[in-house]
Amino acid sequence: MGKVAEFVWRRGLSQRRGPAVTAFVRRHRLAPYLLLAPALAGIAVVLLWPLAQVVVYSFQNYGLPQITGTEPTQWVGLGNFTTTFADSEFWLSLRITVLFAAVVVPLTLLAGTLVGLLLNRLGKKMSAFVSTAALLAWATPPVSASVLFYWLFSPDGGLVDWTLGKLPHWLVGSTDWAGFNWATSGALSAYTVLTILVIWQSFPFIAVSVLAGLKTVPAELYEAARVDGASAWRMFWKITYPLLKPIFLVLLLLSVIWDFNVFTQTYILTGFPGNRDEFNLSLYIYDKAFAGFPPNYSLGGALALIFTLILLVVTVGYVRASVRQGALT
Amino acid sequence: MSGAGGRAGSRAVAVKRLTTASLNGAGVLVALVTLFPIAWMVSTAFKPSQEIFSLTPHLTPRHPTLGNFSEVISGSVSGIGSVWLFFRNSIAVTLATVLLASVVSLLASVAVARFRFRFRASVLIMLLIVQMIPGQALIIALFLDFNRVGLLENLAGLIVVYAAQALPVSIWMLRNFVATVPKELEEAAAIDGASARTIFWRILFPLVMPGLVATSIFAFITAYNEFIVALTFLGQAHSAYTLPIYVTYFFGRGGAQWGPIMAASTMYTIPVMIFFLIVRRRLVGGLVAGAVKG
Repeated sequence: MGKVAEFVWRRGLSQRRGPAVTAFVRRHRLAPYLLLAPALAGIAVVLLWPLAQVVVYSFQNYGLPQITGTEPTQWVGLGNFTTTFADSEFWLSLRITVLFAAVVVPLTLLAGTLVGLLLNRLGKKMSAFVSTAALLAWATPPVSASVLFYWLFSPDGGLVDWTLGKLPHWLVGSTDWAGFNWATSGALSAYTVLTILVIWQSFPFIAVSVLAGLKTVPAELYEAARVDGASAWRMFWKITYPLLKPIFLVLLLLSVIWDFNVFTQTYILTGFPGNRDEFNLSLYIYDKAFAGFPPNYSLGGALALIFTLILLVVTVGYVRASVRQGALT
Repeated sequence: MSGAGGRAGSRAVAVKRLTTASLNGAGVLVALVTLFPIAWMVSTAFKPSQEIFSLTPHLTPRHPTLGNFSEVISGSVSGIGSVWLFFRNSIAVTLATVLLASVVSLLASVAVARFRFRFRASVLIMLLIVQMIPGQALIIALFLDFNRVGLLENLAGLIVVYAAQALPVSIWMLRNFVATVPKELEEAAAIDGASARTIFWRILFPLVMPGLVATSIFAFITAYNEFIVALTFLGQAHSAYTLPIYVTYFFGRGGAQWGPIMAASTMYTIPVMIFFLIVRRRLVGGLVAGAVKG
């Protein structure tokens, strides 16, 4: 850090504020704190304070009567947690969430990596064309994409059912696909659509990130390997993968966090709150907190806390991976 | 190369051509699969209803119509107003978020990139962690707080939340850009007698402009796409709906109004796509710098 630069910034921040303020800011080296103040205030009010409150709510009985003040707020200890763990719907939603992430994360990473490798081998124009197409899928707002996929898989005039109906029976199973309702025929069919949708929307980010990583690999490494007669498969695992490992690690953790958190798409595609057996954890929490009769903010808070703790494990991994990459320097 | 070598050479050329052709084929396939759903959305938006529910669907409308769009614009099908109202709400929220998040995160990024101070590492780690807090964990307490201060059911409440949510990532991204501006430039200007104000506006600001574009895009996506907060906060306040809540409401009304619904989602989607295509280059570099390099 250049001393002069730091001095200039300090001087600038304490300028035009009167000599007393200037001296105070300089003596206590307040400049960076002043610069950070608005950001930290915003983060504290909108992110940290609500999180702290959720912890408090989750041990209380905060609901509609407590908002209106007709009944007092009471501490209920671990009541909300025991209620949650005794609810079979909670375990079902947790299972759906974990299974969904376990399927979608590897598939997204695989699809994204393959497209990234492809983009790296394509000519300039072709590469621009394919990455632009991918960018458009990624740019489609989740609500648009979800409504669109609902329509594609709609039992009434939807393209997918029509296509499956036209295909030979030995290929697509002998079921009558015409009029098959993907959204309401159980978690498996609803989450099949969700899997396709989420991969469609998130592989471009993986592809572009992998491509950016590939551009940093020196071409000589591949040249040398090719001279030695190495196959593409071997080159990937011996050169590309080790060099891109930090990128893959961050992408893996981000994907896990994102795919655990899928709310918009599941809300629309399962027709919330219609099919309770298709809830993932996000929908289950939302339902308990806001859609129940009456809404139970404390129960929702307890659930949100459990959810956050699960994600915290992944987050710690993410932070460690970032720090190891030298992100704090 | 001559003799036998020539034949081997021409075979190598043939293999190379075949490889290029199959790679290009794969590229075209990926692009088509990716673009198809979007094409289907736009095509449905221009189809009259008898074509939408036709027994043999066609990729392009046989008798293209603007009827779906005019129904969406007049507000007759959704029953809660013209699409332009929700468009205006979304644009207002998005622009205010971008502006607020850019200014605040630029100040903060200068602090973490240009100063060494006691809690610097803690602040950076805190930013990494808070960006991972799931929306579900915040929404309940935010809803109750904003209810108390009367910020539900209006756009100001959304702007505050979106700007704050965009901050952690924006600061991280901008920090990298500020750090790459050579300190020598600022020092040279300072020695020549330039004030911090001049240095900020004439040296730092132009050089971190690409970074600001990248963070603006991020704030733009955050605000324009956001769903759960708007869904919870806006409740039944139809006139304050942003586009995603409007489209969801419209969709949830049922009645399989696919023509008008696809027209509404097309109108919601196309502007963001055009925006992305314009800023494409900076976007890829900036987001990768932010997400991967940390």
